[in-house]
Amino acid sequence: MTTLRTSTVSWRVRPRAVALTLTGLVLLALLMALDMRIGEIEMTLPEVLTGTFDVNSAAHFVIMELRLPRALTGALVGAALALSGAIIQSIARNPLASPEILGVTTGASVTVVAGLVLSGSAYGTVSGLLATLGVPALALLGGLLGAAIVYGLAWRRGLDGYRLVLVGIGVAAVFTNVKFWLLTVGDINDTARAMVWISGSLNGRGWEHVVPTALALAVLVPLTLLGTRSLDALRFGDDTVTALGVRVNPARALLILAAVLLAAVATASAGPIAFVALASPQIALRLVRSGRPPLLCSAVVGAVLTTAADLIARTVFSPVELPVGIVTAVLGAPYLIHLIWRSRK
Amino acid sequence: MRLQAAGVKLGYGDRLIVDGLDLGIEASTVTTIIGPNGCGKSTLLRALGRLLKPQGGEVLLDGKRIDRIPTREVAKVLGVLPQAPSAPEGLTVADLVARGRHPHQTWYRQWSSDDEGAVAAALDMTGLSDLAERPLEELSGGQRQRAWISMALAQGTDLLLLDEPTTFLDLAHQVEVLELVRHLHEAAGRTVVMVLHDLNLAARYADRLVAMRAGRVVASGTPHEVLTEGLLREVFELDAKVIADPVAGTPLVVPIGPLPRD
Amino acid sequence: MSATAVAPRPHGLRRRRLTVLLALLAAVAVAVVLSVTIGSKSVPLADAWHALTAPTGTENDIVIRSLRLPRTALGILAGLALGVAGALMQGHTRNPLADPGLLGVTQGAAFAMVSSIILLGASSLLTSIWYGLAGALVASVAVFALGMAGGRGGPTPVTLALAGTAVSALLYALTSTIVLLDEQAMDVFRFWQAGSIASRGADVAWQVLPFVLAGLVLAVANAPGLNALSLGEDVARGLGQNVSRTRAVGVAAVTLLSGAAVAACGSLAFVGLIVPHLARPLSGTDHRWLLPFSGLIGAALLLVADVVGRVVAPPGELEVGVVLALLGAPFFVALVRRRKPVRL
Repeated sequence: MTTLRTSTVSWRVRPRAVALTLTGLVLLALLMALDMRIGEIEMTLPEVLTGTFDVNSAAHFVIMELRLPRALTGALVGAALALSGAIIQSIARNPLASPEILGVTTGASVTVVAGLVLSGSAYGTVSGLLATLGVPALALLGGLLGAAIVYGLAWRRGLDGYRLVLVGIGVAAVFTNVKFWLLTVGDINDTARAMVWISGSLNGRGWEHVVPTALALAVLVPLTLLGTRSLDALRFGDDTVTALGVRVNPARALLILAAVLLAAVATASAGPIAFVALASPQIALRLVRSGRPPLLCSAVVGAVLTTAADLIARTVFSPVELPVGIVTAVLGAPYLIHLIWRSRK
Repeated sequence: MRLQAAGVKLGYGDRLIVDGLDLGIEASTVTTIIGPNGCGKSTLLRALGRLLKPQGGEVLLDGKRIDRIPTREVAKVLGVLPQAPSAPEGLTVADLVARGRHPHQTWYRQWSSDDEGAVAAALDMTGLSDLAERPLEELSGGQRQRAWISMALAQGTDLLLLDEPTTFLDLAHQVEVLELVRHLHEAAGRTVVMVLHDLNLAARYADRLVAMRAGRVVASGTPHEVLTEGLLREVFELDAKVIADPVAGTPLVVPIGPLPRD
Repeated sequence: MSATAVAPRPHGLRRRRLTVLLALLAAVAVAVVLSVTIGSKSVPLADAWHALTAPTGTENDIVIRSLRLPRTALGILAGLALGVAGALMQGHTRNPLADPGLLGVTQGAAFAMVSSIILLGASSLLTSIWYGLAGALVASVAVFALGMAGGRGGPTPVTLALAGTAVSALLYALTSTIVLLDEQAMDVFRFWQAGSIASRGADVAWQVLPFVLAGLVLAVANAPGLNALSLGEDVARGLGQNVSRTRAVGVAAVTLLSGAAVAACGSLAFVGLIVPHLARPLSGTDHRWLLPFSGLIGAALLLVADVVGRVVAPPGELEVGVVLALLGAPFFVALVRRRKPVRL
């Protein structure tokens, strides 16, 4: 911990966290550039760079309209999910907590699967309506509804972190099993489409997906960072927290709200990309060697993980493209395992 | 010699806290380990109770290497109470104390009359019989501490290792717990090793004091031999006067102030 | 698990626990009767008795002996297994979020079954149960080995939980890849995933039985050690408990119990997550009581949910997994809201 101090401002900074965040951002830029090479016309890295920054180049349109928004969606969604996970894990004081227990991702999954399966190919017209704008709107609705249910049921003269987790498990169990059931009801092709969405996919994502996620991050990241000190304090028991001068309930309620919004917007854009929210904070925590998931670092790790996963998802089985969520798990899980393995020293 | 540490090296991971320490505990004595925070007192106690495996050297229980004796056999002669133990919510005092009988139980002999008697005696000795059905979290700090000691007593060992059994207790309760320890020692000839912070109480209730600093034993002997003004300067960096306790005649430490740093 | 296994106490609490035990046994018995008699074809109790004691090959005899009995037996086995496994898992990890699937059994079973379909041509759910069981065991051993390597001197709850989550996520991703590429695998997988004890046949119950029995024996043996461990590792060691061995036995029990149940009935592991929270207010923290209570509640809950699934949506059936979630979870939430949850 190093302190940066002028006459009026003093900020406490972990040099390791700063170094890691900066390295992560460089890596992220590189991965995004590599990702943008891929498409109907393969490009080289220099072509991608000129295409991005030179308005008059031939590739500019393709980059700006198709490839950049997709890459940005991946990075932003990854960051938002990871940040959401970091907040929830800090508040629940539980490394297994993720937006899933807030009802966000599971709620979104149920509504989307219901939409895809129940109004699927059998009723062609409705599926056309669902095709573009329908799914994100449905996901956002389901996610917020799910969170509202969990939040409402868990609230009882305040928000006890432990009760929130338990209620979250119960609600998630309902959503998940209804989702499983819905998958057995529909036509097998609709089930397959639903499975792709559940796994999380970046295929065909455009600016309309970038903008809401970017806006959410722009508003919520500074808010959450201001709440960092509360998060630090919330790790201790409620009595200690109150003694440290933090107003427990408002702080916790606001932070959870931020986590919900981040996860809901991200899920609406790209589906519930597996594992990013759970693994990124744990990876960041072990890299930075801090006691609590570091917020910014977690977000950067989430962005890197998602972008790298998308790159792999598009290249290994090319031309078949895997849902990005599958690769985030394949990529993130062994790395988390490696970190656990290494920490025995 | 009941319990002996011979050249033990103790630490966590790469960090060595105690490097080559020798200590012997005589039968039927109360030995108290004193020393400043972080000097390795608790680490040593954990090693004596085979909770921590030495990285070098050995711990001997009745002349045999403690790590070669089956842990359940050790548990029948040696009880350990770690610092600030925690119990699951809703556990009653009786349940906690009953769990002290664990080493004496097998799958075919889950609750014998010996167990029954030992638990009742342990509850009685700690004055908790009336509170037996209360959940632990409803007790005061002093009562809770006595419940844990009661669990260690129910274990029925004649060797007891207690890590700061008086933390969180007010003076009256501290004296109460230490009187209990003295009673155990005098009535049943038990051997007790404990870590204490209060030097005056340590002097009054211990037969032998062991003063540690930075992982080494600086002095050991009777309270009169160990608690000297020179030792307080050396071990605690404390400027103090040592007078005779007007009640028990044991050394009484009256602090003057920290040593000026040079 | 004898009745003598109680602490000395005023007999009130002990009698209360015995009463609860009897009540739970009665509940399971009622559930069995319901499960045997109620369904798309309702069978009078007398006919059911006839089928059990002196079958003469009537239509009702055949329904009961070839459909209802195996289904009920599987329900009891799976419910018992998941309830006990859940209580063990939460006790060992001291984490209320831990379910028996945490060791990777669910995803291990899913991956092995799905792979057996595309690689070995196993075409139905039933032939792939052995693969599922094998997959569950392998995944769980891998998780334990990882947790072992991660912790200092034996697996700590946190590393165990994280390793389990990581391995599960990895296996789930691989399973998803396979089912997205292979339609037949997807079709089998989605029905397995929904969780059901229907139309499995008697041989599945027999396949599962030895694993569940072995798991229950280990669980019983594990209970006193788990009690000691709940006081913290240092106290447990001081009481002469071999901590690593206790953990290993517990993990073996969880693996056998939940692996068998999940391979046969699909992803019902959350039964094991919810049931211990229902049992704990009745049993207190003593695992010698918590384990049997959880098992019985699990069995009764699973059977009742299955019966409800048969009658709510005629002429079809609702999978037991869905009904369980719809019935059990709100009850669980209500319970959590009403009383102060018992912390581990």
